[in-house]
Amino acid sequence: MPIQESDIQKVAQLAHLELAEEELKIFGPQMAEIVAYVEQLNELDTSSVEPALGGLTPEGERTDSSRNDIVRPSLGQVTALEEAPDAASGHFRVPKVL
Amino acid sequence: MKPASQRVEFSISAAEKLNDSLNAFLEIDRPGALERSSDIDKAIEQGPLAGLPIAVKDNICVRGMQASCGSRILGDYHPPYDATVIERLKNAGAIVIGKTNCDEFAMGSSNENSAFGPVRNPWDTARVPGGSSGGSAVAVASGIVPVALGSDTGGSVRQPASLCGVVGLKPTYGRNSRYGLVAFASSLDQVGIFAREVKDVAQVLGVIAGRDLQDSTTADVPVPNYTEFLPGEIKGARLGYAKALFGAGLDDEVAAKVNDVVDVYRELGAEIVDVELPHAKYAIAVYYIIATAEASSNLARFDGVRYGFRAEDAPELRQMYRRTREEGFGPEVKRRIMLGTYVLSAGYYDAYYRKAQQVRTLIRKDFLDAFCSCDAIITPTSPTPAFPIGEKADDPLAMYLSDIYTVTANLAGVPGLNVPCGLSANRLPIGFQLLGPYWSEPKLFNLAHAYEQAKPFTERPPIFAIDPTE
Repeated sequence: MPIQESDIQKVAQLAHLELAEEELKIFGPQMAEIVAYVEQLNELDTSSVEPALGGLTPEGERTDSSRNDIVRPSLGQVTALEEAPDAASGHFRVPKVL
Repeated sequence: MKPASQRVEFSISAAEKLNDSLNAFLEIDRPGALERSSDIDKAIEQGPLAGLPIAVKDNICVRGMQASCGSRILGDYHPPYDATVIERLKNAGAIVIGKTNCDEFAMGSSNENSAFGPVRNPWDTARVPGGSSGGSAVAVASGIVPVALGSDTGGSVRQPASLCGVVGLKPTYGRNSRYGLVAFASSLDQVGIFAREVKDVAQVLGVIAGRDLQDSTTADVPVPNYTEFLPGEIKGARLGYAKALFGAGLDDEVAAKVNDVVDVYRELGAEIVDVELPHAKYAIAVYYIIATAEASSNLARFDGVRYGFRAEDAPELRQMYRRTREEGFGPEVKRRIMLGTYVLSAGYYDAYYRKAQQVRTLIRKDFLDAFCSCDAIITPTSPTPAFPIGEKADDPLAMYLSDIYTVTANLAGVPGLNVPCGLSANRLPIGFQLLGPYWSEPKLFNLAHAYEQAKPFTERPPIFAIDPTE
């Protein structure tokens, strides 16, 4: 199915990207080319194939990934806020939501 | 062994001196590294890697140093913690001297996607070093450090290792912790290792590998002392050779060199077995669906709230998200987020994502079948030697095809190792790749080491830091 400019705009919205006009023009044909390329997978009949889930090896799948619920030190408020672009009174501050 | 401070001083001076021509480092920590090296020299107990200077890709967290991931959106980010692999290296006495340049969020095969300029190949500075861990490959290839860490999602350690003439390992999925590695595609990402010799890769893997409670995908599989397996017997080893991988698209010189390697293995007593990987030709298509889908999800966290860059002049929250991401991400990252969002969006999920996961199952099965008749498979690592900067920059699909020999290992989860095997007529490195079953790193090291002993790669690039005291 060919990708339309309206598809590109919708996807950009879903991805929280405000693409510039010239980016929309470049990405459209590039994405269409890549999507056309991946459509070669349709040559394969996979109706009876289970999809792979994740990347685990059989040993990885057998590994018990649960751990005891132990209280451990964490970053703490001061450190966690140090890299924030805008922090105030112990919180992350953002522009108005509504 | 020379004192740690002397080794670290050499590496830092070399990094500072060569960075103008190579752009391999985004940060060099002279005071911190020298302080730690002097502590190590004074210490009574010495770890197994005491005083080893290492360079670390800028998408792996080192406390107090930057972790830009080659992106403007994390340009000033300084993580408040160490990745598990870094913690283990530090405990063993290794010293991080700097953070290396890379394609933005590890997305690329040439290093041209870094927001901080391309890394240059020390064999020819008009050419790319490969990617995405190009800075780490160059730091080792140019003699600045003996060992560097990178990350490999579709070949990002092995391909630059090949283009720069060094050894590069992507371990089995779940061998190393991903805690503190900034996520690109979580089911494919693994921390990998660069060095000029196989034994150094083996030694470092022994230090960083193993279960980590901070990463539930690390497997409970014992970590052997990898250096014990070197040098072992390779007589009788069965080496798989897939003829179909040596066809169209492969550079003639690369094909000839890798076929020479097959002959060397035959002379060393290995048995060459024909294998088939019938679904390998679909690997790039599968990879660019799965990797972009996972990336679109993983990179949703960069929203200008908790860390990193935030766009100014956005008075409303959603507008702030969109402008921050628009201004903070470069074109390749946006392209992949878009593709990933597209293949996961309503109405397309089954056609693309589910289909790709089904073919991924077939690719895994190809490997399981092949390893019934052989111990490892030999392939080229990259279809061509290093290409000129700019050559593929405007053609994403052509760039993606650079990974044709490497992505299968990430899709299947098996380990892969690049080993240098000579130079092209115009003096550019060529490498071959060994792929093995899950957890077969000892076997791969042994095979690679045997080749290294038989045909040592002693060539040095024109830009190479020589230690006058050696």
